[in-house]
Amino acid sequence: MSPVTRRTVHSAGVDLAVFEQGDPAAPTVLLVHGYPDTHRVWDDVAEDLAADHHVVRYDVRGAGESSVPAGRAEYRLELLAADLFAVADAVSPDRPVHVVAHDWGSLQSWEAVTEPGAERRLASYTTMSGPCLDHMGHWIRYRLRRPTPRHLRQLLVQGAHSWYITAFHLPFLAPAGWRLGLARAWPRVLRDLEGVRPRAGHPQPTIRQDAVRGIELYRANMRPTLRNPRERHTEVPVQLITLRRDHYVSPFLSEGLERWVPRLTRRELNATHWSALLEQGPVVAGLVREFTARIESTGQPPAPGEKLVVITGAGSGIGRATALAFGEQGATVVVCDLDQVAAERTAELVTLVGGAGHAYRVDVSDGAAMDAFAQQVATEHGVPDVLVNNAGIGHSGTFLQTTEKEWQRVLDVNLWGVIHGCRAFGALMVARGRGGHIVNLASAAAYLPSKVLAAYATSKAAVLMLSDCLRAELADSGIGVSAICPGIVNTNITRTSTFSGLSASEQTAKQDRAARLYARRGFPPEKVAAEIVKAVRTGKPVVPVTVEAKLARWAGRISPGLLRRAARINAG
Amino acid sequence: MAFDYSAADLDRFREVQQLAYHCAEQVAAWIEPGVTERQATQKLCRCLVAEGVDDFFHVPFAWFGDRTAFRHFHTPLQFFAGSRVLQEGMPYVLDCAPVVDGYTADIGYGGKVGANPVWDRLAQDLKVYRELILREVRARRPLDEVYAAVDAQLAAHGYDNRHQVYPGRVIGHQVTRNTSRAPKGVNLFGFGLRTLQTLGRELISERLHGRSPLWADGRASRHAPTPGLWAVEPHIGFREVGIKFEELLVVTEDEAYWLDDDLPHVRRWTSLEEAAA
Ligand SMILES: NC(=O)c1ccc[n+]([C@@H]2O[C@H](COP(=O)([O-])OP(=O)(O)OC[C@H]3O[C@@H](n4cnc5c(N)ncnc54)[C@H](O)[C@@H]3O)[C@@H](O)[C@H]2O)c1
Repeated sequence: MSPVTRRTVHSAGVDLAVFEQGDPAAPTVLLVHGYPDTHRVWDDVAEDLAADHHVVRYDVRGAGESSVPAGRAEYRLELLAADLFAVADAVSPDRPVHVVAHDWGSLQSWEAVTEPGAERRLASYTTMSGPCLDHMGHWIRYRLRRPTPRHLRQLLVQGAHSWYITAFHLPFLAPAGWRLGLARAWPRVLRDLEGVRPRAGHPQPTIRQDAVRGIELYRANMRPTLRNPRERHTEVPVQLITLRRDHYVSPFLSEGLERWVPRLTRRELNATHWSALLEQGPVVAGLVREFTARIESTGQPPAPGEKLVVITGAGSGIGRATALAFGEQGATVVVCDLDQVAAERTAELVTLVGGAGHAYRVDVSDGAAMDAFAQQVATEHGVPDVLVNNAGIGHSGTFLQTTEKEWQRVLDVNLWGVIHGCRAFGALMVARGRGGHIVNLASAAAYLPSKVLAAYATSKAAVLMLSDCLRAELADSGIGVSAICPGIVNTNITRTSTFSGLSASEQTAKQDRAARLYARRGFPPEKVAAEIVKAVRTGKPVVPVTVEAKLARWAGRISPGLLRRAARINAG
Repeated sequence: MAFDYSAADLDRFREVQQLAYHCAEQVAAWIEPGVTERQATQKLCRCLVAEGVDDFFHVPFAWFGDRTAFRHFHTPLQFFAGSRVLQEGMPYVLDCAPVVDGYTADIGYGGKVGANPVWDRLAQDLKVYRELILREVRARRPLDEVYAAVDAQLAAHGYDNRHQVYPGRVIGHQVTRNTSRAPKGVNLFGFGLRTLQTLGRELISERLHGRSPLWADGRASRHAPTPGLWAVEPHIGFREVGIKFEELLVVTEDEAYWLDDDLPHVRRWTSLEEAAA
């Protein structure tokens, strides 16, 4: 453990206990704890960050080793913000600091961050589980003025999550609760409701008095600020980490935050209110490190499109178009394909349109190769935010015509390719805990039976079902899964599709015919790519793309018998 | 049909082509943000006439910005120079077809103002198409197959075929010595009256031989390259950027070659290669 030094900083009538570790010459991160915690709640995060940061924590007024203000008025937000600036000035007088805050620490840091001119002293702000009270006031007003069902639901849900705030405003009850047992029960509360394993030294021995005094934070600030919210903007780059399983702060509280914070980066973490810091400290530290490094080197936060995207079979068609669509938004796109030259070309185009492209030659049907690929991507570029399992091949033939070998080839690429992709990258994404999205290319053939597409349609139906099951499994990890069902799209697939039971020349003739048909239909892969990008944004689970794909889906619901009869048509 | 141009004829064609590219380069040197397409074609016209051009195979064209890639083109009228204003970073294409004493040139010149990395890449890749077309024609592959080979290369590059937007989807057309007696300088739908007359005659006579003076991807182009002069104009696009060259390809009974290698786009490739070496 890196040595921690303690000093005292005087601010607006109180003495603040300040704790420092790490190299003082490195960028300073200032960690601000919430209620009813002390600086100790950051132990894991601080330890990790100290490797390459000057880490500073302090006990906020009234908590831990800091002195206790005289009365309620001394807990007002402007004094809390003044404390933050006082500590920043003491520990890093010449260089702006990166603030990281949680819960009430976050509320009071917002006060500092939205102070006019704050960008001169604060380099960045990473916030978890604590909105700006002024923003929240506007958020509530906006929804009361436009009481759509969705808005009302949001108000009710957040209201239900905020029961304790009301409780904290009642005289006697809350302090008595803490004194009469809640403080003692706190480890159990954390364990049972928050998924935090009990550990030595936590909660801090002073929890009872910290909790009781801290009630003043609520009483001094909640009502006045929420009733008369001010217009609080900031130029400081802000990283908002939404905790998926937070019982106190709903994710939708940050809807529209861009209005106040133009330089906003949104991240997600699969954690509860407290497990983020107490169980996933290194993950939080990783997010902070990524953000501070970025600000230190470029001065600019990452653009919203700056994701890491992996796309299989991106040397052609839909895969290439998707790579370009993400590239245009500034994503780093890792492209793989059987065809190395084609993959490299896609990577080059991605870079040309404003992203960063990287090419690899991988056969998706080879499980070991896919595992190795995923590991290589993780080391060279990181864990992807988005995975698009796109590689696939076309094959036409009735069940009895299709040979065992042909069946194997189609299933190996179209189904096993997707399985390998989801396994190798899905495991990495879950382990990282920051959510993400997996897109699988199915097909309208997944729900549109045809006697001449026995193997292909079977493989795609499997991909559709796999996606449905996987979606359910990964939902808790914040990883969305979308299945895309394109229909007839003008790509190279017609030229590489194979046909059962035909001579080479008959095969070529069929390919030409299919190519002409697909060209005449003229649906460009770029439109499928746009749907894929949109599905990643909205999380839409199943996306039929073309009109024919949509119609078939409806027909299958309204009259499955009709589709069964149509399946007998020789459409090859 | 036999190849019936003398060396002197070819020299005259080469001179007109040089003249046309020379004028395009003059316009390129003059062009700057704020200029409209119409102003560019007027400048090009004045320049050509000053150099002694007496008729046009078709009126000069200028396309700016995403119009270089013919994005959102729905009617042939959209080919005509319009009020689009050139802006910093935009690509542009100049296309003109001057006639001097019946000798015709038909050229395409791509350029950009300011920085445009996508254009740079396209301009460099255009070389592949010039080599590919020559190689395929030398192998005497049917013209529709050459067209398909260009399409395949476009797909590999990840670009779009933009010559398919031209009337008839043509990548090229034959050019002959214009012998029409129709009045000079009169034009219909953007094509000189003399052009239409000559082209009409060609269309009929070539049809009789089962060949087309137009080079596209349909059945009419399913024949080996016809001896003569072909104005070849691969036009490639990527996103909002389009670029083309257009120049004469000489096809004899047993050979094929580009009429002239001393052209701006070829010189650019050479200097890029020298810089890289
Ligand atoms: N084009 C359509 O009409 C259509 C319709 C429905 C579904 N789809 C699906 O969309 C996906 C993309 O198809 P497309 O139309 O872009 O096809 P495409 O043939 O243009 O591109 C597919 C790419 O995948 C690559 N590939 C093939 N096998 C591979 C393997 N084993 N490992 C790695 N790469 C491999 C190919 O080299 C090619 O670059 C496929 O899964 C396809 O089934 C396409």
